[in-house]
Amino acid sequence: MSLELLGGRLLAPYFGSSIYVWGSIITVFMVSLSAGYLLGGRWSLYNPSLGRFGCLFIGGAILLYPLILWADPAMEWIFVRVVDPRYGSLLASSVLFVLPTVLLGMISPYSVRLLVDSVSHAGQTAGVLYFVSTLGSALGTLFTSFFLVLWLEIDQILIIMTATLCGLGAVALFVHFQSADQQAGSNE
Amino acid sequence: MPKLLSIILSLFWVCVWWATPLSLGYAERVLLEQRSLYSNILVKQRDGLICLQFHVKSDLRNQSCINPKQPKKMVFAYTRMSMAALLFQPQPRAVLVVGLGGGTLPTALAELYPDAEIDALEIDPAVIDVAENYFGFKADERVRAHSLDARIWVRRATLKQQRFDLIILDAFNGDYIPEHLMTAEFLGEVKSLLSAQGVVVANTFSISRLYDHESATYAHVFGRFFNFQRRESSNRVILAPNHKVSDAELRTRAAALHQTLKPYGVPIKNYARDLIKLRDADPDWDTSARILNDQFAPANLLNQQPRSRSR
Repeated sequence: MSLELLGGRLLAPYFGSSIYVWGSIITVFMVSLSAGYLLGGRWSLYNPSLGRFGCLFIGGAILLYPLILWADPAMEWIFVRVVDPRYGSLLASSVLFVLPTVLLGMISPYSVRLLVDSVSHAGQTAGVLYFVSTLGSALGTLFTSFFLVLWLEIDQILIIMTATLCGLGAVALFVHFQSADQQAGSNE
Repeated sequence: MPKLLSIILSLFWVCVWWATPLSLGYAERVLLEQRSLYSNILVKQRDGLICLQFHVKSDLRNQSCINPKQPKKMVFAYTRMSMAALLFQPQPRAVLVVGLGGGTLPTALAELYPDAEIDALEIDPAVIDVAENYFGFKADERVRAHSLDARIWVRRATLKQQRFDLIILDAFNGDYIPEHLMTAEFLGEVKSLLSAQGVVVANTFSISRLYDHESATYAHVFGRFFNFQRRESSNRVILAPNHKVSDAELRTRAAALHQTLKPYGVPIKNYARDLIKLRDADPDWDTSARILNDQFAPANLLNQQPRSRSR
């Protein structure tokens, strides 16, 4: 959600802040998230592990980083070629946000798979997960729009987001290899 | 008998309902109330004026007013003050207006300069209709009204290398500022559209903390500018000419424009005097305020905060 908000800011210098810009951004995020859910669920069927889970975070961060470097030239390119600002903003938000959002969308179903112990508790686990992720989105939205934009530049906020994702991914990988070592140790 | 009583009572209430606004001095009539894509448009008739408002609550914040008996006379001080731009460019051939409202300025300029080409940008198509239906604005091949986001139009104009002699920035209603139209990058794009003898005039805020940031941003892009303020208005008008105009020239131009601008109620000679005094004025804003740009543009949040005292 925080990324979605910043998306509006990123697009405004090229496509304005009319209602269709928000329409484009929200559409692209929703479509990407739904694709991410599908893919994440699918991927969780094959050898799910905390290590792969961590890779999702780091992958998201890697796909987010080009926004800082190439968002402007990409939008410039689209602005010159697409005259209608509606389709311009739709194309721009697709180019900028589809890949990172798909990957970040994969996280939710994948974590359901990792957290569920038994079918009888599946509903509860999913509930807690929705709770955490949606509440987190809400807090991110509030914090970004009320305070972060007063203190920091958009690029700085994006850097913090990528750093956070990398950090979380690193923690997941660390725990994964720790437990893998322990398992290896206990097998000996 | 109870029937008669109830009739009398209801008549009484009708009279109260009808007379209350009159006695309170609210003799006003709503001519149009419309919820458009971007705001609530309200056209009211009050005290002999027809006014355009964008919000129902803030009664005092009229966007544009016209006096039907004297349609030329400019009702608002900041509109009159914007006409001071003519001192820096007395013969504009190409004019760009960002933010139409009732269209007071483009209408006046179209009358004053029958050969000038005028482009007016207004995001809300409903506002263009209102300007035409209630405020005497007329769009044609020479006076063009474009309904789209100004940032897009300006960027396309820079690609086409268009030039304007007079650029008027007035896209901010009292309650909401389009943040992407108040950044150094946008002002840079506007500046690049200015002809060698051109001038930018901007109607801006002067009461909140935004004043410092906005002033610093204009100074960053345009260098020194005329920070035009008068007691009769809480707005301030920024005048940023692209060229030097001497005091003597300001005076002669004011004298030449004096008669022409009289029907509009613009005291241009006084304005010239004010501007000559302003030439050496020190900045009255916090010059260390952070510049607004596309990366950092919390204009609406800053506009909520009171202005710093260290002036």
